[in-house]
Amino acid sequence: MLEKHTIIITVLNSAGVLARISALLSQRGYNIESAIAAPTEDPNVYKISIVVEQTEEHIEQIVKQLNKLVDTIRVTDISHKGNYIVREYIILKLDVTAKNRTDLFQLIHVFKANPIDVAMDHVILELSGTRRKIDRFIEMVKPFGIREYVRSGEFAMAEYQLPNKGDSKNGD
Amino acid sequence: MNGAQILIDGLIREGVDTIFGYPGGVVIPIFDVLYSTRAIKFLLTRHEQGATHAADGYARSTGKVGVCLVTSGPGATNTITGIATAKMDSSPIVIISGQVPSGNIGTDAFQETDMLGLTRSICKHNYLVQDVKDLPKIIKEAFYIARTGRPGPVSIDIPVDVSNAKLKNYEYPESIDLPGYKPTVKANSGQIIKLAQAIAIAQKPLLYTGGGIVTSGATDELLKLIDKTRIPVVTTLMGLGSIPFDHPCFLGMPGMHGTVTANKAMVECDLLIGVGVRFDDRITGPRHTFATGKNVAHIDIDPAEISKNIKANIPVVGNAKEVLSELLKKVKERPRNSWNERTDFWKAKYPLKYKDAGDGTVNPQYVIERLNEFSDKNAILVTDVGQQQMWSALYYHHRLPRHFLSSGGLGTMGFGLPSAMGAAVGNPDTQVVCVSGDGGIQMNIQELATCAINRIPVKIVVLNNAFLGMVRQWQDMFWDKRYAQTCLQRGPECPEECHGPNGECIPRYLPDFIKVAQANGMVAYRANNKAEVDEVLRKGLAEDGPVLMEFLVNREENVYPMVSAGKPLTEIIMGEE
Repeated sequence: MLEKHTIIITVLNSAGVLARISALLSQRGYNIESAIAAPTEDPNVYKISIVVEQTEEHIEQIVKQLNKLVDTIRVTDISHKGNYIVREYIILKLDVTAKNRTDLFQLIHVFKANPIDVAMDHVILELSGTRRKIDRFIEMVKPFGIREYVRSGEFAMAEYQLPNKGDSKNGD
Repeated sequence: MNGAQILIDGLIREGVDTIFGYPGGVVIPIFDVLYSTRAIKFLLTRHEQGATHAADGYARSTGKVGVCLVTSGPGATNTITGIATAKMDSSPIVIISGQVPSGNIGTDAFQETDMLGLTRSICKHNYLVQDVKDLPKIIKEAFYIARTGRPGPVSIDIPVDVSNAKLKNYEYPESIDLPGYKPTVKANSGQIIKLAQAIAIAQKPLLYTGGGIVTSGATDELLKLIDKTRIPVVTTLMGLGSIPFDHPCFLGMPGMHGTVTANKAMVECDLLIGVGVRFDDRITGPRHTFATGKNVAHIDIDPAEISKNIKANIPVVGNAKEVLSELLKKVKERPRNSWNERTDFWKAKYPLKYKDAGDGTVNPQYVIERLNEFSDKNAILVTDVGQQQMWSALYYHHRLPRHFLSSGGLGTMGFGLPSAMGAAVGNPDTQVVCVSGDGGIQMNIQELATCAINRIPVKIVVLNNAFLGMVRQWQDMFWDKRYAQTCLQRGPECPEECHGPNGECIPRYLPDFIKVAQANGMVAYRANNKAEVDEVLRKGLAEDGPVLMEFLVNREENVYPMVSAGKPLTEIIMGEE
């Protein structure tokens, strides 16, 4: 069954490491739905979060192949794991009229979105949360007219004191 | 010291005694250092692809890391086929390429190419040296990564300004610090016990072994395991030689051109133990038809190979030698049973056979059979890719690991001659025989001159059928004999549609390999008929230097047994009786 998986890859901050990861995935025939690479508290270490839609079997193979890269320190498929905080960020530009502005701002309030730019005919908003929350927000504001939006893709952090299960660098 | 001196010093410290390669503008500083370095022998090939395959042949036959040094741009791109070949067969080579000056990278400078990008998917790992101070660490890491774990090619791209840059306080690193690279050598003992238990209860166990046995040097452990358990063994193309051809438990090679016995055993076994293999599609056929209802154990050093193609019930990650020696302690003795009798029965019933033409013409299989008589018992046999490769795999008497070299995974035509040359350089006291076809030999024929001028004594056997035989065989069997572009003798005077040789209409074959060899300063012999085969082999193999022996073989001979592409292993085509 095809399912979205969020995979966190901890890598050495070496030249071209993001290219290595994306090249490996395309070489093995996997499409990346989203990818974020960002620095961490350790200047030598980067974290890359990718979302891919695949079957469980294929995900196992993706994780193993990513682990094989010399610059990869750890690969974790965090899907179906309760002990991770997962967030996504979105910026949206919406149409708005004098008539429906109040309705929109009620939604903004409920979802705790943050208006960045408010004009007579449009609003620019930012919002962070789970993928589910962002999906739902998009669904709710669609009737107002979405001019454009950009999503960050998911990124995650383990909760405090995570048992070291499921991570595999060298296979089990 | 400058970057070039540091590089050569590092290579010497890594035990490099030979480099294969070709010079060019941005590597002159490195070649200049080599010019006065006596500890390293440089072999100048006639093409960078030849250099890469030669480094590969050197690595496969010696177990050491092969090294190849080329210039930027076209020099670098010419290595690509060789690198991909080494990657597919897990051969440890280090490819050092020059690069345009750092400041010019990205400007489409003269002879600039993105080597890092080009080799990303065909290397185990690759480097672009951005600062001379990183160079010692990169050399150390490159050799370590190439030869450890599952071996493979590593590329180092060095901009010319880095080669020229001076480094004060040069020190070669003592240790390696690679937090992301820690190959598992010793396997989980629980998994080994599980495997020993599975062997104890299996009625029809089968060992399916491959290149991992050769790479890890596990032949002794494998033979001891067989002595104790009497488990029959099949061996992939990459594993040939890891068990002697005449061992009573050896059933031959499985797969598309495998022996009937090996394939029947693959189908009927109840416990399949893969060791250092990757369940390649040329072995398994359609995956859904393979190993259904069997217990599958898979021992491999690369965790990503396990359950990649075929789901393993007993996964064991580790080095084949280590795992087999642990397994040997845990496994119970197993007496011969009816399964052994059954595999013996198949071996007796289905020996390899071919139909002799009977008219004095040369069957290609016959040449390989006679080669068994005339070549040294410890000769290294190198093949090209195609029909002659399969006949060499099937009919040659493989006795020793690292003595059969062939491009298995990538199937690279043109691999034969240059890799044989590399093997001969690495093993000066061993006879090296290269079996090639008239197609494959022409793909790197420029290396004849390298062999001749350096007196590298490769014994080249060319089985000339004037066809690209393996593709022609498929056209013969599955495409109504429509021989589209597989006839190397075809000329403008031929009919538009030709379904095979028919007498006088055939134009003269070109080139004349005897003349080509002689023009390259090499001795050459030709056998036109069966009666001349022995004489040519006797004279050719007795030569001190390199020699080319051409055998004009029956043009439309097919390789059998065969399992057609897309068919399960149960559907074996036996060929003419």
